[in-house]
Amino acid sequence: MAEANARPRLEVHDVTKSFGAVAAVQGVSFPLYPGEAHALVGENGAGKSTIVKMLAGVHRPDTGTLRVDGADVDFAGPADAKAAGIAVIYQEPTLFPDLSVAENIAIGNQPLTRLRQIDRKEMTANAERLFRRLGVPLDPSRPARGLSIADQQLVEIAKALSAEARVLIMDEPTAALSAVEVERLFAVVRSLRDEGAAIMFISHRFEEITALCERVTIMRDGKHVATELVADLSVDDMIRRMVGRDLSALFPKQDVEPGEVVLEVDGLSREGVFKDISFSVRAGEIVALAGLVGAGRSEVMQAVFGVDPYDSGTVKVHGRRLKGGSPRAAMAAGMALVPEDRRQQGLVMELSIERNVTLPRARKLARLGLLFGGTEREAAETWTRKLQTKLGRLTDAVGTLSGGNQQKVVLAKWLATGPKLLIVDEPTRGIDVGTKAEVHRLMSSLAADGLAVVMVSSELPEVLGMADRILVLREGRIAAQLTRAEATEESVMYAAMGQEVSV
Amino acid sequence: MSDIDLDQRPANNRSAVLKSRLTSWDSIILVLTVLVLIIASFTVDNFGTSRNFTFMVLDLLPIILIALPMTMIIVTGEIDLSVASTLGLTSSMMGWLWNQGLSIESIIPLCIVIGAICGVVNGFLITGLGLPSLAVTIGTLALYRGLAFVVLGDGAVADFPWNYTGWVTGTIGDGAVPNVLILIVVLALIFGIVQHATPFGRSLYAIGANAQAAHFSGIRVARTKFWLYVASGAVAGLVGVLWTLRYSSARADNGAGLELAVVAAVLLGGVSIFGGKGSLPGVLGGVVLLTALQNALRLEDVSGQALNIVTGSLLVLSVLLPNVTSAVRGNWHRRKLRQASATSAQ
Repeated sequence: MAEANARPRLEVHDVTKSFGAVAAVQGVSFPLYPGEAHALVGENGAGKSTIVKMLAGVHRPDTGTLRVDGADVDFAGPADAKAAGIAVIYQEPTLFPDLSVAENIAIGNQPLTRLRQIDRKEMTANAERLFRRLGVPLDPSRPARGLSIADQQLVEIAKALSAEARVLIMDEPTAALSAVEVERLFAVVRSLRDEGAAIMFISHRFEEITALCERVTIMRDGKHVATELVADLSVDDMIRRMVGRDLSALFPKQDVEPGEVVLEVDGLSREGVFKDISFSVRAGEIVALAGLVGAGRSEVMQAVFGVDPYDSGTVKVHGRRLKGGSPRAAMAAGMALVPEDRRQQGLVMELSIERNVTLPRARKLARLGLLFGGTEREAAETWTRKLQTKLGRLTDAVGTLSGGNQQKVVLAKWLATGPKLLIVDEPTRGIDVGTKAEVHRLMSSLAADGLAVVMVSSELPEVLGMADRILVLREGRIAAQLTRAEATEESVMYAAMGQEVSV
Repeated sequence: MSDIDLDQRPANNRSAVLKSRLTSWDSIILVLTVLVLIIASFTVDNFGTSRNFTFMVLDLLPIILIALPMTMIIVTGEIDLSVASTLGLTSSMMGWLWNQGLSIESIIPLCIVIGAICGVVNGFLITGLGLPSLAVTIGTLALYRGLAFVVLGDGAVADFPWNYTGWVTGTIGDGAVPNVLILIVVLALIFGIVQHATPFGRSLYAIGANAQAAHFSGIRVARTKFWLYVASGAVAGLVGVLWTLRYSSARADNGAGLELAVVAAVLLGGVSIFGGKGSLPGVLGGVVLLTALQNALRLEDVSGQALNIVTGSLLVLSVLLPNVTSAVRGNWHRRKLRQASATSAQ
């Protein structure tokens, strides 16, 4: 463990960065000590990712300085940050899928033979050495394609070690990992920390922060709130300082008398993906699709909405059979889908906020087939305001917003279509507690107004707190249907993993 | 400035919007075009004459018309390199049909349909079979040109009725304004409105920037692209007719190499080759800039080969300059902020 008077390995000093009209980071300072894991927490949009990108050399601070071992540094690009010994592990690893694991590790500084050819033997040996040190059984010669996200992250860590990184920055590495994988990752990180590396860890899960980190820096709205020892703070303290207020109910689902049947799915199958899926959703109901990652939940709902095809079965909305494979028909029938991956499926990052909000509705907004800026702006203004989206200008690219605000734009985009059935896929993934509560409140009040909601979620507390009924999928089939009263963490997990459910 | 609250928005809005408009690539190109026109009319003999104006409009006619659908195609992230060969094939077909004794009134619409069929083939290969547009249209570039030679061989058909050929080269009321300028204005208006003020136009940008998100938003990506290729083919067919009438000569090699000038003009006009960005006014500026430069140089007796150097250099510059300007702007912005914080710290 680091002593308090040790010299920081890396220091962020009074750093500011803005994008257009949005000040993402304002006067933030904190130290990273060698041999210490340091958590960076804050709501979405608090500026964590901007800090990471500045440390990674992707963005340059507008003002303020970064110091490595006490000396000011100015990173012109990611290569400079790497040379200074800083390695960043992102939530989604960035490996080259068609290169082998060993090649991925060695990329950029391949060992050479005397003839200046790549020394493959040394490369493989090096990878093996690193994996032994990390204590993970990975085959260096296999291609990176097909590795689980957890394994890909371990390869990224090996890559960082081979570049002799002394500062390891991990941006929400656990978001897509199972509990076992998280434990393995933490074991590796702890041993690196004990070898003297400075670790910066970003996560929305407080139990992980208390399990791994010694020190925590809390940010709110781009500003520095506090840097303290984790041991001195309770989780409640952290949340309060992050949000700047107390959080009352996290999952405020109101009881609603369900209305008429809105969606009926009958015997829906797609070869090798899901089989014989039947369920129905009533107005005012929230039905959750639970299950392990890869159980086929998103695939089922994407087929229902028509972005993916299905082989057999029927989808009916308000009793009328829906043409398959046509998102446009689904939209006309009153369906909306907030997809799982907002960067690839939910939003067009380069387009402006207003264009994104009005994209599915452009034909309705047109007069005599013509669209003028005014009507689009008005609609976008109304909906972003309703959802309290924090933004600079509606004409800014949506990619300049923080993750939580991007999610609000996706919600605005689909709520603006006035749906009768709302499908939300991982609606709060990678979103801070404050925005999460807002999204939950929103879904609950929409259901109370008679909207039928289908929610795909991997977060059990969310499923148990929000849903009236829970469908548990396992390997493409419905393994159990549970009412709110029957559902517990255990019963859902048992069904998801293929155990008998005793009710 | 802690929270960005909503009511604060309009304050710095207008000047910032105006500033970003003025420094946008479109505006730079338009200013540059006007500059070239002014400078050339003072320094190059005969550039400013009404006769030369007529010639210039006739020269830019094929590029500008083909650039209209090409802009949309490139905005969706695709490309159509077969346009000049489609032009050649319709020109050949026009000569052949004329030799068969068909009336010019039925030949002209038929030729536009032939162009559209060429577009249907491209569109089917690209959207139906999912092949890359670059490879497909390089293939049909060779294929359509080959067919053009099969139809007409090395020969030429020249005896088209003078009232048609005369209309294409003629001017309104024997003034300086060529008849074809009407055609250019009408088509540019139609394409401009479709691209910039309709839901269809909006969807093009979404497709070009992120086809998957567009699909998830209910946009029919494949169908949209298919119709763009049909439009591109039909316009190339129309230009094949106009080209044949202008030179009063149907030949298989008409318009060879024109696709490069069109793509160069579109990119010069600020359309991103990666899709998702660009506007039609910029492209129109790009076409006029390119044509005016070539025209001025030709009047100065610069050889045809040297003109290609100009086209090529402009193409490279058009891809290079936006990157350079945005990098310079970023640096300047940072420096300003640093200075501001330094003075406030003192």
